[in-house]
This record gives sequence, C-alpha cells and structure tokens, in this order.
Amino acid sequence: MIADIILVIAAALFVGVYVSWRAGRIDRLHARVDMARVALDVTLLRRSSVALELATSGLLDPATSLLLAAAVHGTRNGDRPHDLAESDLTRALRAAFSQPGFRSSLSGNDGADELLAEVEAASHQVFLARKFYNDLVAATRDARGRPLARTLRLAGRAQDPVFFEMDDSLLAGGGAPSLGPLVG
Amino acid sequence: MKIGITCPYSWDVPGGVQQHIRDLAEALIDEGHEVSVISPADDDTPLPPYVVGAGRAVPVPYNGSVARLSFGFLSASRVRRWVRDGGFDVLHVHEPEIPSLSLLACWVATGPIVATVHTAIPRSRVLVVTYPVVRTGMEKIMGRIAVSEAARTTLVEHIGGDAVVIPNGVATHRYRKAEPLPGWPGPGGAIGFLGRLDEPRKGLAVLLRAFEILGRQRPGLRLLVAGPSGDAADILARVPAGLRDRVVLLGQVSEEDKVRVLHSVDVFCSPNTGGESFGIVTAEAMAAGQPIVASDIDAFRQVLRGGEAGELFAAGDAADLARVAGRLLDDAPRRAELSAAALAEAARYDWSVVARDVLRVYETVILGSTQVAVAADPRGWPA
Repeated sequence: MIADIILVIAAALFVGVYVSWRAGRIDRLHARVDMARVALDVTLLRRSSVALELATSGLLDPATSLLLAAAVHGTRNGDRPHDLAESDLTRALRAAFSQPGFRSSLSGNDGADELLAEVEAASHQVFLARKFYNDLVAATRDARGRPLARTLRLAGRAQDPVFFEMDDSLLAGGGAPSLGPLVG
Repeated sequence: MKIGITCPYSWDVPGGVQQHIRDLAEALIDEGHEVSVISPADDDTPLPPYVVGAGRAVPVPYNGSVARLSFGFLSASRVRRWVRDGGFDVLHVHEPEIPSLSLLACWVATGPIVATVHTAIPRSRVLVVTYPVVRTGMEKIMGRIAVSEAARTTLVEHIGGDAVVIPNGVATHRYRKAEPLPGWPGPGGAIGFLGRLDEPRKGLAVLLRAFEILGRQRPGLRLLVAGPSGDAADILARVPAGLRDRVVLLGQVSEEDKVRVLHSVDVFCSPNTGGESFGIVTAEAMAAGQPIVASDIDAFRQVLRGGEAGELFAAGDAADLARVAGRLLDDAPRRAELSAAALAEAARYDWSVVARDVLRVYETVILGSTQVAVAADPRGWPA
C-alpha cells in the first residue's frame, strides 16, 4: 500500500519535472529567438548603413546612387512591410553589382575596393543571421506544436515566432550569396 | 534648332511619358527642328529614326514598385557620347528625379538644360531628391516644365524652384478618323466610356447607375466600356440582369482600338467625380469629334468651354447624367453641333500648339548660353 503511494508520488514528481523541463526549453527557445532577431536587425541595419555609404561615396553614377539611397530610405520609412523593403534593398544592390564591369570600373578609386568588400560582407552577414533566426523559429514552432505543449499551454502567452522571409542573395538568380570577402 | 531629349523609361513599354516624348519629338520635327531622343530600349526593338537606343533597361525596385530603368556607368558613358556627338542647342530631360537616363544626362552635360516633370512626387521620394548627388544635377536645369498644376505644386513646395505648366498635348490627327468596331454603334444607340474601371474617381459607377435608368427607357441602347483593371463579372454584377447583355466590356485596348472605340458610340461619357487635372481622355474624345457628356468638375468645365463643346451634368448624379445623355441621344442635330464644336476646341490642345509653347521655353534658356557640351568629369569616366 505504502509502496503504491510512493510510486504514485514518484510518478507525479517525474511528470512534473518533465513538464517543467519542457516548458523551460520552450522558454529558452523563445529567448534565443529574440536574441537572433536582434542580431538579424543589427545585420540589416549594418547593411543599409554601408549601402548608404556607398550611395553617398561619389564613386557611383548619380542614377545608381539614387537607386541605392531610395532603397535604403525604404527600409526605414515604413511605407512598405519591413521584409519587402529589405528585399528591395537586396535587389537594388544586386542590380548595381551585376552591371558588367562594375568592379573594374571602380577599382583604382580610393577606398572603393574596401567599401565594396564591406557591402558584400554585410550582405553575407544578413544571409547568415536570417538563416540562424529562421532555424530557431522553426525549432521553436515545432516545440510549441507538440501535443503535450499544446494541451498544457507550455508556451504561455508568448507569441508564435514568425519566419523572416526576404531575398538576400547578392548574386543574380538567387542561390547562395557571395562568399568572396569571407574566404578571400 | 538641334534638340536632344532624354527618356527615362524603356521605349518598348507603353507609358504616358514615352507617349509624351514621342508626340513632342514628332511635333518638333514637323516644325523643321532636328531632334534626337535617347531612351532605354531592347536591342531588337524597332525604333523610329529619331530615337537612339541606350541599351536594355534593368528592372529594379524603386519606390515600392519595379521600374525598368537605365543606370550605371555604361549608360552614363552612352549618354555622354550622345551629348558629345549631338551638338545640341538645348537638352530636354524628362523626369530627372527618376534614377535613369535623364538624371545621368544632367550629370554628364552642361549648357542649356530644360526639364519636364510629369508626376506629382510623393512625399517620401522628395527626401531622396534633395540628396546631394541628385541636387548637383538638378541645379544645372535652367528651365522647368510641369505637365500639370499638381506636378508643379510638388515641385514648388517640396523641391524648390518654379515651373511653367504646359499640359500634355493631343496628337489630334491620330483621333480624327477610325473605323467603328463591327456592329457599333448600332440602331439603338450607344454610350462609351474609357478609363480605369477600378478607380472610383473615374466614375464608372455613376455611369452604370445612369445606364440602368436609360437602358430601361431605351430597349436598344448599349454601353461600351474600355479600360484596364477591374473584374468583368464584378462590374456586370452591378448592372440589373435584364440589361447585362447590353453592357460590353473590352478590357484594356491598344492605342488604335482606343480610337476605334471613340468612333463606335453616339455619345461619349466622362463621369469623373474629381481628381482630374486636365482630362486627357476627354480631350482625345473631342479630337475624335465625339458628342460628349461630362461631369461638371473644374477640369471638364475648362476643356469643354463651360458646356459649349460638350454637355455637362452634376458630378456624381446618375439621374442627371441619364437626363442629359437621354436628351442628347434623341437630338441628332445637337450632336452634330457638339461634334463640330469639340473638333474645333480640340485643335487648341494639339501637339503642334503645345510644341510651340515648349519651343518658347527652349528659346528662353538658350539666350546668353552656349551649346550643350560634355561636363568636365569629376571621376574620369571613360567617354
């Protein structure tokens, strides 16, 4: 009899600990999603500021400068959803960078190569940060979607994290972004 | 006079700016001037003899939509070469605030430069226009033209400087004659409408309600509607079932078919409820010699000379439209009278007249100035 009671209490304890561990995990995942989101925003900001520097550098023709400046402006004026505005900046950068002979037309100017490398590095960081963020979002959504988590509402009042979808490839036709500045 | 004109948008894509430039260039050539237009264009596009292709335009996002533009150092070199070889007396750039050939032309050239602003600029873009690289180019502009009062207002209020307003012209000879669409206008009479179907201010809803009244009174009367956008089923649903087969929706039509539509009806209707600065479609209908029924908004009052060149009805009032249009459908002599008056009035908006106004701007900026030349290059671009 006493052995049964102990067994029930032990089982209850075990379930309690397990559930609390699962809740803790979901909580930790949410915290990591938040951190990844902050990192993603930082990389996006860094990219737009270096794109603006390129636009104002006087290295480019005024039409390309204006295209880039307008795209940077679009990422912070709130006229369009953030993800679409960031994709527009990617496409504007890609249009500038994919002009035939773009790089050779600039090299030789003071600081041009460094600035272009910086734009590419910043773009690549956006690609990485977004990938890490979306991976975490996927893991979190999966953890939240399990039957136990759903029935016991282990996520509490935390919002369902959302994927950040955008075009972040500097190369024409999509695919992986340039690895140049990282490996070279 | 040797005139160089830059077009910011692809020549092979239909658009208001391109059409404006084509009509202006042809009117200037008719006046005996030498005109060269540089425009982005696909390599295999057949171009009129006065157009120089500047290579393919690249689709890029700009201000929330995708535009096909020419930018970059290759385009800049092409424009530079065109300016250098052209020996122009005056350079006329269109939409210089768009990142394309016109902006590049302002950058690579010096001398008498005239700019035409077509669109009213949204506030967010104004910030970008004040941007140093662009300002340097804009400061070289010696004379500004706005095609509407709205475009001029944005210029004055947000960018600074002033502009003379010279509205779009109408190439009246293109509208004078056309074969009606087969079977139109028909014995029961027909009313026509041209314009965007989904934009409330174009007033299609008012016309549909008026047709409900007219269609019941006149068993043979038909309505011909042409214009882009809008869901045909959705529009027909707004017409009572018994009248539906007498409403014909053509969707978007080509330039040639537009003229045929104008010649396919007994009465042309411009039911706009507002927001029209000039009413180009109405002016085109006048050039086709159509009897017109238009709402009494300011723009139409002006174009139709307060009712002398077309009947006016109370804007937004479907019953009044039905009354006025009905009276006109019954009165053939009055229609002939209005048709003649409209044709005479349309001559005032012909491109030959508008081109003369533009020429006067050219002549003014040329005074005391040298020829258009290539600017000293701050960056040593290859010529």
